Amino acid sequence: MSSPIRVLLAKVGLDGHDRGVKVVARTLRDAGMDVIYTGLHRTPLEVVNAAIQEDVDVLGISLLSGAHMTICPKIMDLLKEKDAEDTIVVVGGVVPDEDVAFLKEIGVKELLLQDTPPAKIVETLTRLVEERGPR
Amino acid sequence: MPTPSAELFSRLKTGDLRAASRLMSRAESHDPATIATLGEIYKSAGRAHIVGLTGVPGSGKSTLVSRLVSEIRKSGRKVGVIAIDPSSPFSGGSILGDRIRMTNLVLDEGVYIRSMATRGSTGGLAKSALTAVDILDTAGFDVIIIETVGVGQDEVEIARASHTTMVVSAPGLGDDVQAIKAGILEIADIHVVSKCDRPDSNRTITDLKTMLAMGINISIKDQSNKPVWQVPVVGTSSETGEGIDKLITTMDKHREAHLTSELGEERLKRIAEYRTFKTAEDLLRNRFFDSTSERISALVEKISKRELDPFTASDELLGNIAF
Repeated sequence: MSSPIRVLLAKVGLDGHDRGVKVVARTLRDAGMDVIYTGLHRTPLEVVNAAIQEDVDVLGISLLSGAHMTICPKIMDLLKEKDAEDTIVVVGGVVPDEDVAFLKEIGVKELLLQDTPPAKIVETLTRLVEERGPR
Repeated sequence: MPTPSAELFSRLKTGDLRAASRLMSRAESHDPATIATLGEIYKSAGRAHIVGLTGVPGSGKSTLVSRLVSEIRKSGRKVGVIAIDPSSPFSGGSILGDRIRMTNLVLDEGVYIRSMATRGSTGGLAKSALTAVDILDTAGFDVIIIETVGVGQDEVEIARASHTTMVVSAPGLGDDVQAIKAGILEIADIHVVSKCDRPDSNRTITDLKTMLAMGINISIKDQSNKPVWQVPVVGTSSETGEGIDKLITTMDKHREAHLTSELGEERLKRIAEYRTFKTAEDLLRNRFFDSTSERISALVEKISKRELDPFTASDELLGNIAF
């Protein structure tokens, strides 16, 4: 018997805009996933610790503050340091096109930016978990 | 390649929390290759104090857990939390939000929080909650708190799963105290009245004390009829911290009273019995669905048109389970 996909949705740093992440949470719930939401203003270490304790398949980081170039590398480093590199990291929110290549290079699997339809989010997460295979 | 569960078990015994996390996921997905290991884990556990915390939605359970854990940590004990939220009856998905109230605990290495969804379980617990408790127990956690879903009147399974059951009531629900007294209030080893910074909390405390005095569950007695445990009412405020230390003392006393009496042994047997029945029930249900899924749609069609009755159909389906 297979389990629902587990997703941790996190708002990191000084970013109080959480309407989007709540819509995403609801969408994923309706697609049959278990969604753990951290609430606002978390630090990278808090998010990584939570992702490990919850053993999530996907860590979704919602960023609308423009701090992605600082926060994402920190999160990727911490995941590596704590031997949790098999966590699939997906970034959502507002990220300029020219930063996308860098974020992918450091290990972010997918960026789901503005105007992404909800069905695409579900499809992407399902595909990424499938590609990873059992663990 | 996935790490074999037996290897994760060896790591778990050294306190490796990555191993704990992964084993919990495998338990939740009913991975057949992990069952034997889970059996070993069960046998290696049994040291921790399992505390159940239950109450209606919004009564302040998660916030209380957060306060409680911080306070218990001062004595150096390691604390695990299993926080349960409901799964959607439609999609099967869930939003697990108990962690939001526990963010102050995330950086403490002596605290482990795991969120679980009920996944069709109806008694207020998640199916794998007790397996998760065994895993944390084996990893060296001293106190493990199970926070149930926000319950109604009837979700009393926590009392059959924990050493100490605490029922949280919030002030302002005075009439509900009357309304629910035949259900969940009966299972408390300790009554907690939360939000005691509010002026109407005294009334809730009095209501509960009056109810207890009426003899619904006045005390547990040993064989010589001496009371071993009298159910107390403890007022707490997660806002000011009032009453939290008293709650911990009370919780520890309850544990002590049980460890030193035959009642404790009885309770452990009841927990074992509940667990065995539950596990058998789940196995049976899964096998039932596996072996009937193909035939059920044809039967349902007939039953909905009243050409066939559910009694005959069930009998037939049950006869076909492969054991």
